[in-house]
Amino acid sequence: MTDLTFTPAELMIVNAARLLQDGDVVFVGVGQPNLACNLAKRTHAPDLVMIYEAGVIGAEPSRLPLSIGDPTLVSGALSVVSMYDIFATYLQRGNVDVGFLGGAQIDRYGNINATIIGGDYAHPKVRLPGSGGAQEIAAWANRCYIMTPHQIRRFPEKVDFLTSAGYLDGKGGREKAGLRGKGPVAVVTDLGILEPDADGELMLTALHPTKTADQAIQNTGWPLKISQNLRTTQPLTEKELQILHEELDPTGIYLKTE
Amino acid sequence: MKKLTSLKKAISDYVANGDTVYAAGFTHLIPFAAGHEMIRQSKRDLVLARATPDLIYDQMVAAGCARKVIFSYMGNPGVGSLRIVRSEIQAGRLEWEEYSHFGMISRLQAGASGLPFMPMNQTGATHLEAVNSNIQRVQDPFTKQDVIVVPALNPDVAIVHVQRADKDGNAHLWGIIGEQKEAAFAAKHVILTAEEIVDESVIRSDPNRTIIPGFIVDAVCHVPYACHPSYAQGYYDRDNSFYLEWDKISSSIDNVRAWLDEWVYAVPDHQIYWDKLGKQTHQRLEVKPRPSHPINYGDY
Repeated sequence: MTDLTFTPAELMIVNAARLLQDGDVVFVGVGQPNLACNLAKRTHAPDLVMIYEAGVIGAEPSRLPLSIGDPTLVSGALSVVSMYDIFATYLQRGNVDVGFLGGAQIDRYGNINATIIGGDYAHPKVRLPGSGGAQEIAAWANRCYIMTPHQIRRFPEKVDFLTSAGYLDGKGGREKAGLRGKGPVAVVTDLGILEPDADGELMLTALHPTKTADQAIQNTGWPLKISQNLRTTQPLTEKELQILHEELDPTGIYLKTE
Repeated sequence: MKKLTSLKKAISDYVANGDTVYAAGFTHLIPFAAGHEMIRQSKRDLVLARATPDLIYDQMVAAGCARKVIFSYMGNPGVGSLRIVRSEIQAGRLEWEEYSHFGMISRLQAGASGLPFMPMNQTGATHLEAVNSNIQRVQDPFTKQDVIVVPALNPDVAIVHVQRADKDGNAHLWGIIGEQKEAAFAAKHVILTAEEIVDESVIRSDPNRTIIPGFIVDAVCHVPYACHPSYAQGYYDRDNSFYLEWDKISSSIDNVRAWLDEWVYAVPDHQIYWDKLGKQTHQRLEVKPRPSHPINYGDY
């Protein structure tokens, strides 16, 4: 094995890409999720269908999209529909397999906060962008993946504000709330992968090569359980990194960020 | 009735202080020229509704036009924080009302359909419901399950930019069509700005592309490049470097004031703004043609 160098972002993007299955219909976000989906499409999942919340279906961007409504998403796409249609007939109706999510905070049960930091909504200490499409994606996509750097401030025991549902209060929470999708089936960090246990609590199920369970425990805001079947993720390949560097993000706009 | 008019007159005639304004366009076709004209005319106490406030509302809030914003994602798309709106909210100087994208668009859909409210499935994310009394639960009379409902949004004015319209306001738009149609049908008045004013026969040559019919439009304004730094599909590209630059400008209120002075107040209209951007910017935003395959409507 050659010693490849890569950034934490690249580690997350490649591992997220590998979770996608050929033929998946994916609700893609701009930035790192976009790179993960395009990487999957260029490697093991050529029939991946990329949907963007701006209303674009089957996008095949020929350059790196720099916003969720970049015109490169439209030219050559399968279809473009209104925002109401993308959320109603595609997402709410159950036509989306995978949603990608991120947020300022992810808690023990995979709930996401992208709204405020601090407890007082009316007088926010820090105001974040808010839900966008995330609230519905988290609820209605068949399954969701979360990408986030593994830092203790991002993994509190409980989110300050529930922007998007994970497993809510734990076992049976989603069913009680009447949600159709399976929820966040994997959280990909720069240390490893967390997956829900039977109660919906996120536990460490995989570590990236050279990372340790102790690092993950130190950077998680609740007593992190370690799976008995803890695996090590496959090393990144030269080909994966080459596609990211040469085809998808040649100037490193999203590859160099945290 | 003659609808073709200047943007200055349209804003003066149809936007009153205190109005709820919806400047439509999800990243695409954002009507910046109209936003700048509202700033120049010192509109005040507006309630500014948009799924993404974007730079257009950041600039209007900075200029003191707004009392309140209604939104579903408050960021500088692809860049980061929307600094002015964010800091005004954090400082308690700007009211806000917040939804998810689908909640926001469902309000417009209800408004556009003449309905009092629109139902949506539950999302389990109940915190927004707890802080926004416009998000309610009712029992579905058929399944007895809870559904979420949001009330119709009927803005006083919708501003919609399109690629081409005839002088009566029959409008073709393509690319990302976001919420333009819903905003136009929901609003009491509609101001249309267009890259091109074309003959009615051009509109009639492709009726499926007519998203907005002229009879709901109040004013039609010919404003090429009206979306800069946003874009018009097939006409010019998004000026991403300006979106990045705004992140720097908007980190200092003095810089914002200087920018507004130079690029809005000192600029009488959008043509002069576009010229002022200069040849290099024009060339950078040029886009190569990629026409669709023609379709045949048949000569019946």
